[in-house]
Amino acid sequence: MTNSSIPEPGHSAGSVTDAENNLELKEIEGLSQGQIVRRRFFRHRGALVSMVVLAFIIILAFSSVGFAFSFFGIDIRTPGWWQWTWTQIPTPQNGGAPTLSLVPEFMGGDGVRFGDHPFGQDEVGRDIFAVVMRGTQQSIVIMFVVGIIGVTIGTVVGAISGFFRGWRDSVLMRFTDIIITIPVIVVGAVVGRAVGNQGAFALAVVLGLFAWTGLARLVRAEVLSLREREFVDAARVAGASNRRIIFKHVLPNAIGVIIVNATLLMAAAILLETALSFLGFGVQSPDTSLGKIISDNQAAFGTRPWLFWWPGAFIIAIALCINFIGDGLRDAFDPRQKRLPSSRALARATANRNDLARAEALVGTRGADNQVDGSLAPRSTTTLDEGDERPTHGSRGDA
Amino acid sequence: MATFVIRRLIASVFVLLAATYIMYNLVALSGDPLEDLRQSSAPNKEQLIESRIRLLNLDVAPPLRYFIWFANVITGNFGVTVEGRSVNALLEQALGSTVQLVTISTIVAIFLGLIVGITTALRQYSGYDYSVTFISFLFFSLPIFWVAVLLKQFVAIGFNDFLEDDPQLPLLLIAVLALVSGALWASVIPGSARRKAITFAIAAGATVALLTVMNLTDWFSSPSLTIGGVAIMGIGAAVGFTAMITGLANRRALIAALIVAGLGIALYYPFQYNLSFYVTEWWMLLALAVLTVLVSGAIGYFAGGHDRGPVIRVAIFTGLTAAFVIALDRFMLVWDDYANSGRVRGRPIATIGASTPNLEGSLWVEGVDIYTHLLLPTLALILISFATYTRYSRASLLEVLNQDYIRTARAKGLSERTVVVRHAFRNALIPIATIVAFDIGGLIGGAIITERVFGWTGMGSLFQNGLQRVDPNPVMAFFVIVGGLAILFNLIADLVYAALDPRIRVN
Repeated sequence: MTNSSIPEPGHSAGSVTDAENNLELKEIEGLSQGQIVRRRFFRHRGALVSMVVLAFIIILAFSSVGFAFSFFGIDIRTPGWWQWTWTQIPTPQNGGAPTLSLVPEFMGGDGVRFGDHPFGQDEVGRDIFAVVMRGTQQSIVIMFVVGIIGVTIGTVVGAISGFFRGWRDSVLMRFTDIIITIPVIVVGAVVGRAVGNQGAFALAVVLGLFAWTGLARLVRAEVLSLREREFVDAARVAGASNRRIIFKHVLPNAIGVIIVNATLLMAAAILLETALSFLGFGVQSPDTSLGKIISDNQAAFGTRPWLFWWPGAFIIAIALCINFIGDGLRDAFDPRQKRLPSSRALARATANRNDLARAEALVGTRGADNQVDGSLAPRSTTTLDEGDERPTHGSRGDA
Repeated sequence: MATFVIRRLIASVFVLLAATYIMYNLVALSGDPLEDLRQSSAPNKEQLIESRIRLLNLDVAPPLRYFIWFANVITGNFGVTVEGRSVNALLEQALGSTVQLVTISTIVAIFLGLIVGITTALRQYSGYDYSVTFISFLFFSLPIFWVAVLLKQFVAIGFNDFLEDDPQLPLLLIAVLALVSGALWASVIPGSARRKAITFAIAAGATVALLTVMNLTDWFSSPSLTIGGVAIMGIGAAVGFTAMITGLANRRALIAALIVAGLGIALYYPFQYNLSFYVTEWWMLLALAVLTVLVSGAIGYFAGGHDRGPVIRVAIFTGLTAAFVIALDRFMLVWDDYANSGRVRGRPIATIGASTPNLEGSLWVEGVDIYTHLLLPTLALILISFATYTRYSRASLLEVLNQDYIRTARAKGLSERTVVVRHAFRNALIPIATIVAFDIGGLIGGAIITERVFGWTGMGSLFQNGLQRVDPNPVMAFFVIVGGLAILFNLIADLVYAALDPRIRVN
């Protein structure tokens, strides 16, 4: 991971690539690995916007209607600032139509207001804003729990089988094969049926127990190549134990693979939960989830389309944000990533290299970042292109 | 090689066995298979429960019942459902239905994904590339059941309403479509700003002209390509394939392709008004396709000169395109009759089911019926798998384009077309071929939700109904087929990779 700035021999020929490499070197001069990754990530505008949107959705969902989760008997409840909860049934007003209006009065609208039921009400009168917020909470909880459990198991299994090889590798990988053979939607449906009525948390735990397989294979592949590197030998000669080598030397170098796939796993988990709830195997009544809202109301599309648009919009928003963040992380962590400036920017940069150096010296690293942006900074929404993009096969509810 | 395959197969069989064991117990323990009977108020309740227990061996605990099931499966018998119906019969029907559902969408998704992926890789970092990246992320984040409801509302109901009386595209829509097509072509075809403007104008103008003609000829209520449309597409395919595969400078390829296209045009009238009435079975249509390949291949062979391979390929692709267009026109011929028949009543695009019940008609009418029923689920499936294929093919082509041998090819002075088509594209296809093999294996089981939303009784409903009734037999039948195919195609994917890429050794 540390050699990202070293020009590859094949690319150093020709003046254009020289200029590229110099720019690249200049940009990351004197920065630690973490700083490089962070800078690259924050330069990915899609990922940055997604982070903000996702944070907003999370805060909105958890503050508005308050938590209510019970993990295996322990209840956690907090109140929210929104006037309704997802179980209250106020009287339907105005046919349940949404009161949210964003068109100001002078443009012929009803003025900017939220009203009593911004997302509308369903047939019996439940406030859809509260219901959708509750569903969003469930999705977020499931996403993080599946992510954490799946990543932990996957990393440990992958690291052990890649590092020790031999019989441990065979046993663990055959076991992984067994789990991977069962389509995730099938496992989800079977376990969902069994634990769906225990709430989203239990469902997420069980899904997490089956969702680690893809990551385990990727981590194993990464560890297999890392364990042959010199720094592992050096650590061993210095007397480090196997555990120390794995956790201190090998895994930190595989962090890119792990984090990127964690985001993909999380995006897949959201869609999996909605798909399961849609099939009736996920979260059960009286609790609700985004997939369940859509499933319950799909026949009402002609008469009450808002029952359908809002939960769908939130599913897509969360999944899209996670996917973009994953893309940004992939860009940031990929050591092979060539930051290709556009030819115009490159020409300008080659001509002004001295100016650039002076500017950088003047304003320091952070300032230079802004200065350089736009002219040199590569357009960063781009590098989904580099390999390893085998994300959610099979785990995407439907494909 | 043989040892590798055998070793892999043996390991796979054991993996599948272990997986079925886990799966069987998961399903059997997920609920109470007698629940509906226990709650029933039938007078002979006890007796019913007793008979079901005997039918399904429910008195044996699931971990042991597995072995009874397994002994039956070895002999090819998947047992009976809770209702006492044979799972084998259900499975046969479900398999056919699902294969029909997923085949076309997979082919179209791969095809479109490849084209879009390649064009975005060639126009990397352009506005087009960014838009496609965003759109594929969006598609990737869509829940399929949500898309399905939208499709039903806007494509099926909306389009049927549009067809109701005197369908004419509104001017605004024509203008929007023209702008979109202009922008699309201008961003795909390279060149200076002036050339892009010309491309934009031509594409937008052509779209306006085409849509206006469609409006004027009442195309939407009685669609047809006529011989003019067939001629344009046939000759267009001839020129296009030649330009893409060998370059227009290769006169032999161009001539061969044009001969094939001309033959297609010449056969248009005889086929539409005479020969096609003799085509009454689907295999005959397939036989005609094979015949097309043979004839156009032969034309390419004789016109090919010293470099036959590419010429034959150009001729075959042109021939298949022409044949497809002619067949399409033949299907369109019966559209009007189909849409206004007593069963369909002017609302042709179906929202659920696999076919119109009790519809009688020729092969061509049947084909249109399949089309109207497949349209929505196919669109939904394409939207979702399209994104993956686009990203893969883009990544794969970009990776190849950075290789040294591409630089060598350019340095030799080869044309951009040769570099991209002959050197880069072929190598970029290698990883995609393995992904395709892998995906085909997963397809049969992959459409559970789509089937449910669109009311198909395929493998998905077999699985889902079984699970709902806590009935392991149909669920396990589904699982054995899906899991077996996944393992088989995984192996095929590895072998294909090894066969295509000599750098990979299967051991």
